[in-house]
Amino acid sequence: MKEQKNIFNWQPDRSKYPKVKENGELDIDLTSEKFIKLWQGPNHPGVTGNMAIELTVSGDEVVHAKTHVGYLHRGFEKLMERRLWIQCFPTCIRMCVAEPDYNEYLLAKSAEELSGIEVPEMAEWLRTLVLEMARLQSLLRTVPGQAGTLSLGVGVQWGVYLRDLVLDLFEELTGGRVYHMYILPGGVRGLLPDGFKKRMEDVLKKIEEFIVNIENLMFKNIVFKKRTIGVGYIDPAWVDQFGIVGPNARAAGFKRDVRKDYPYLKYNELDFDVTYETDSDIFARSVVRKKELILTLDLIRQIMAKMPEKGDFKAQTPNVLHWKIPAGETYVRSESSRGEYGFYTVSDGSTMPRRINLRGPSYTHAVSLLEKMLINANLADVHSIMVSLQTCPPEIER
Amino acid sequence: MAIRDILTPFTAWKKVFREPVTVKDPLNDRPGAERYRGFHKNDLTACIGCGSCEAICENEAIDLVPVEGIETKSGDSGLRPLVDYGRCCWCALCVDVCTTGSLNLTNEYTWVTEDPEDFRFIPGAENKPWDKLEAGWKKPEPNYEFYSLKREAMEELHPGDRDKSFIEIVKGYSKEQAEAEADRCVECGICIATCPANMGIPEYIKAVRNDDIEEGFKILYETNPLPEICGRICTHKCETVCSVGHRGEPLSIRWLKRYIADQVESSEYKRILGTDGIENNGKKVAVIGSGPAGLSAAHYLSLMGYKITIYEQYAHAGGMMRYGIPEYRLPYDQIDKDVNYILSLGVDIHYNTQIGKDISLADLKEKYDAVFAGTGLHLGRSTRIPGTEHENVYQAIDLLNKITDGKEIHVAEKIVVIGGGNVAMDITRSLTRLQNQKYGKVQMIATALESEKSLPADVEEVVEAREEMAIVNPGWGPKSIEIKDGKITGLHVVKCLSIFDEEGRFNPQFDENNTNFFEADMIVESIGQGMDISYISGDIKDSLKFDPRGRVTVNEYFQSDAPWLFIGGDIIQGPDVIHGIANGHKAAYGIDNFLNQNK
Ligand code: SF4
Ligand code: SF4
Ligand code: SF4
Repeated sequence: MKEQKNIFNWQPDRSKYPKVKENGELDIDLTSEKFIKLWQGPNHPGVTGNMAIELTVSGDEVVHAKTHVGYLHRGFEKLMERRLWIQCFPTCIRMCVAEPDYNEYLLAKSAEELSGIEVPEMAEWLRTLVLEMARLQSLLRTVPGQAGTLSLGVGVQWGVYLRDLVLDLFEELTGGRVYHMYILPGGVRGLLPDGFKKRMEDVLKKIEEFIVNIENLMFKNIVFKKRTIGVGYIDPAWVDQFGIVGPNARAAGFKRDVRKDYPYLKYNELDFDVTYETDSDIFARSVVRKKELILTLDLIRQIMAKMPEKGDFKAQTPNVLHWKIPAGETYVRSESSRGEYGFYTVSDGSTMPRRINLRGPSYTHAVSLLEKMLINANLADVHSIMVSLQTCPPEIER
Repeated sequence: MAIRDILTPFTAWKKVFREPVTVKDPLNDRPGAERYRGFHKNDLTACIGCGSCEAICENEAIDLVPVEGIETKSGDSGLRPLVDYGRCCWCALCVDVCTTGSLNLTNEYTWVTEDPEDFRFIPGAENKPWDKLEAGWKKPEPNYEFYSLKREAMEELHPGDRDKSFIEIVKGYSKEQAEAEADRCVECGICIATCPANMGIPEYIKAVRNDDIEEGFKILYETNPLPEICGRICTHKCETVCSVGHRGEPLSIRWLKRYIADQVESSEYKRILGTDGIENNGKKVAVIGSGPAGLSAAHYLSLMGYKITIYEQYAHAGGMMRYGIPEYRLPYDQIDKDVNYILSLGVDIHYNTQIGKDISLADLKEKYDAVFAGTGLHLGRSTRIPGTEHENVYQAIDLLNKITDGKEIHVAEKIVVIGGGNVAMDITRSLTRLQNQKYGKVQMIATALESEKSLPADVEEVVEAREEMAIVNPGWGPKSIEIKDGKITGLHVVKCLSIFDEEGRFNPQFDENNTNFFEADMIVESIGQGMDISYISGDIKDSLKFDPRGRVTVNEYFQSDAPWLFIGGDIIQGPDVIHGIANGHKAAYGIDNFLNQNK
């Protein structure tokens, strides 16, 4: 762990309590008055959905943490087993509110892969664009959002404004702001509107300005540094143990990115390096996300420059009202702003999916990893650590 | 960490002097984007109530409901979608699937009301403020379809391979083609009401899709015991209303029916249809004529246990289907396939037996518990223009009849056919084949009162006739046949301006200054057929009522005022095969009712 030279009296080993019993269990006697139980959530101020953490604290130190999910279960995976494939398209997006587009893409890709449908080139470009736009609007919330957990709200407001500008672009292109319902089996639902590229460039410029401002506001901010450097450390050894992916793994020195490692859509025609850091604390993860934001701007510009102007954007699929996808199974993946996001899809050859299972990064990050990371954390850092994992409870529960 | 880390964040203060970015009056200042998915609007006159929007909606937000002022009619269920905004998620799948393109979303997204029940409405019928908005989601264009708008092409014999022979032209779908064609159906059922026999069209199309031929075959026989025949020559009224046809090519419903029937061997019929060992109920019914109506009645009555005897004036069964329709459209072995199955249900048939001549209707009344007559239209009508009495002026129906029987007919080098219906095309195309065989070339003109656009014949009949080198020259009224030295030299015609008057009565108007002359040494008339019901006579005739056109008046079960006598087919309705089948089926229920009442 990185050495801390700071004004707080921070002790590397803060684990005075509790003792460990002979059988390996923690010796927590709530009647001893040395420990209290605290619930964070389920209405947690720092996350996008409902999830609870049951904390046992001693003083202001967390000695035990248990994550609880189940407040947000809507059963979308199950619902999709009773929906036509085309009807899953407006259903699946709700599994992750923050970046619904990955769901659309993965559903479409699963259906196309299982039925051997080729998607037109134009649609591939538009899909790549939309997925990067999804990352963009998500990072505009999560980069300043990290500072927000430390009560630095102004960056969040800037981010929300810019995110709205990106949502305006989404609205123009797809007809929807949050749930875009644009990538559907066979292709996409339209070409770029006239003048879109210009308006996109205007927004990208504003975001560039924002990045400079956020650099000053967050990354050159003593409070932010004090509260994040060395806090929320992820031991690189845990990365494979816990299945840690995305910026959380990249901040621990792992150059892992589905876009590079298993290129999909048009990513192998784009020029980019995988961003990474090595400190593996909240600060490093924030830096990785900021770099991702810069990368995304670059990728969007590359896509806009390389994509054709016109072309077919949807393949003719069988009649969607009774489209039977050949029996089989597939795992398709993409790199969301939180890391590898995949659909394991099984078809029994009928008009409805037999099973669609989402492999979401929040499940591993926020349920099991978080329990480990919170041990010995300061109570005031709990939500900051949680947010640094970019937890998305809707995607945990789906 | 340095002092700069304390000071730099304060640069944010400079933003204090910036213009605020908030929209002050978002409801008015911020219309939705051009493609925004807001509230629905529907063009109620274009919508046909097919229910595809309801079928695709994953939230069950759409219900089809009756709307005041919109009638149920052929091709229109009379229902319109009602949208429940308590359920809708604005996915616009309903728009993208809409068969007519009537449904859109607008870019309006605010609607304030105190009553939550309000958020349920019939787009287009309730005068919403957004009804007139142009902006909003429309089905993406081009080449964006949820089902193919293009028909699977049917393979046919090339004109050069068919113009001398009577081999069947249409080859029929392969399994792949049939399944691809069946895939296009949106299962709306709009076609069912237009089919005179109300066949279970979406269900049998579904069976094709699922490659469940036996299921499809059973569905066919529920309403139509002549699928091989209808699958070839049905007038397919269903296809004219098919929902998919509104923006694309309608389903090939007829060819799919034929595909099913073609897949089933005759020897399998009884097993699949479960018609072995039907118990006889001891009652006897006579059927006059083995055309579609008679065969249909015989079939359904047999299934109910009646002992059926058919009386047929010709040597083979099938009526007009055999004696009117040429073999290249409907091969005789396919007629036999349908007919033989019906006969195998225990139906007796007496060929070459004409009622009123060989046996009287009164005799039938004595011998049987009930009688069904479907004697069809076998009398050719004449134009009665000067010259029609010449021996080389023929009736199409007589010639077709002789061709079927394999009898020699007169085939001249130059022929003119008068008439624009399917029978006219049948004789035109049969005679071109015979001319080709005899002279090695075709000199054939088919002319009709109707203009090209309103020709009653199926478009493909006209196209194919032309491919076979016949000249189809419509829009002329026949004036006289020129005869020189006892030989026909041709037909004088005048331009026909209109056929019906304002009240819709037949009253053709001609331009006498615009004349034409079609050379010919033989003329064939094909302007429609009449009925011969002279076998209904004496007391029986006196007990019946007739309408102004001379047709016997019957009730909805085709029962005449002589309760034992049921009449159907072309002499009552139509004329076409599928009406005959529907009449025969209905009459079978009528006869069953009648005989059970008398128990
Ligand atoms: S799909 Fe279109 S035509 Fe059919 S009922 Fe719905 S709105 Fe009407
Ligand atoms: S927009 Fe989607 S959810 Fe709404 S009525 Fe149409 S299909 Fe149903
Ligand atoms: S054949 Fe056409 S009208 Fe009939 S159910 Fe199918 S789509 Fe509807």
